[in-house]
Amino acid sequence: MNDDPGQQRWYDEDAGPLVRLYALTRGRARPRQEVFDLIALISAPPDPARYRNDPTLGPEHTAVLDLTARGARSVADLAADCDLPIGVTRVILSDLLEVGLIHVSRPLVPDRMPDERLLQEVLDGLRAL
Amino acid sequence: MDSARSDGQASSYVALKILVAGGFGVGKTTMVGAVSEIRPLRTEEPLSEAGRSVDDTASVNRKRTTTVALDYGRITIREGLALYLFGTPGQDRFWFLWDELAQGALGAVVLADTRRLEDSFAAVDYFEHRDIPFIVAVNSFDGARRYRCEEVEQALDLDPGTPVVLCDARERASGKEVLIAVVEHASRRHKERRAQRAQSG
Repeated sequence: MNDDPGQQRWYDEDAGPLVRLYALTRGRARPRQEVFDLIALISAPPDPARYRNDPTLGPEHTAVLDLTARGARSVADLAADCDLPIGVTRVILSDLLEVGLIHVSRPLVPDRMPDERLLQEVLDGLRAL
Repeated sequence: MDSARSDGQASSYVALKILVAGGFGVGKTTMVGAVSEIRPLRTEEPLSEAGRSVDDTASVNRKRTTTVALDYGRITIREGLALYLFGTPGQDRFWFLWDELAQGALGAVVLADTRRLEDSFAAVDYFEHRDIPFIVAVNSFDGARRYRCEEVEQALDLDPGTPVVLCDARERASGKEVLIAVVEHASRRHKERRAQRAQSG
């Protein structure tokens, strides 16, 4: 913290977000369709020209697209990178999916795993860390 | 990552989820941080779900959501194969968040402190009831009396075959061993289940 009183801001982290979260999502608390798994992978066409000047997209939408344009990322990574709560991130992703700006890859669930080779690969990878 | 672009189809992207559970202050954040690049994750939860019995949400003027913080870490094994760690919230009133985290989880670690073993009961119960493979990792705090794994197993009344390991949540190498133990255990359990399914037709 800065001790100089002249430099102190009247708000701090405890004040909470200064823009109410429902303002970011235009009042929506839940995504419209797909519920994005935290570890689902989101990718976007690496073409900023497609969305940069789109007036229907807010800054958070653009921030998400900028990140995914650099490489596919999980929903959890996007929420952490954009410093947004998971619920808000999901609403934004739902908007982007609706206009076809992102792709979603669902993770493979353990029960459907084809064989043990994958888990062996994970074990080898962990040992090599 | 072209493989990830096949929208919704079976892709070569594999993400495995491991939960790190346990009582408040048992070292979940420390462990996730020791083995992966940890990042805080926030979730805004309606109070009507988080504290149904205690919070009156009838008035619109009242705060209606609460922020719950989760620990989150990722370990990339190779491109297209990653392990995701989620530290579950310690407080009981956020159980509903566990349900989402537990969905599709490969396995779980219940981190235990032998001075407060009773704090681990809830997590042990949760994973046993949902048939999620888990191990108990006893975090050896400085000054805490060292217990033998069998003693912990008895005290927690674990189902036979549930591994108990000792660890130091601050140590990366120790955390790695814990993860290896949970993946090995989950792998065994999945093999057993597959065999059972094959037998029953």
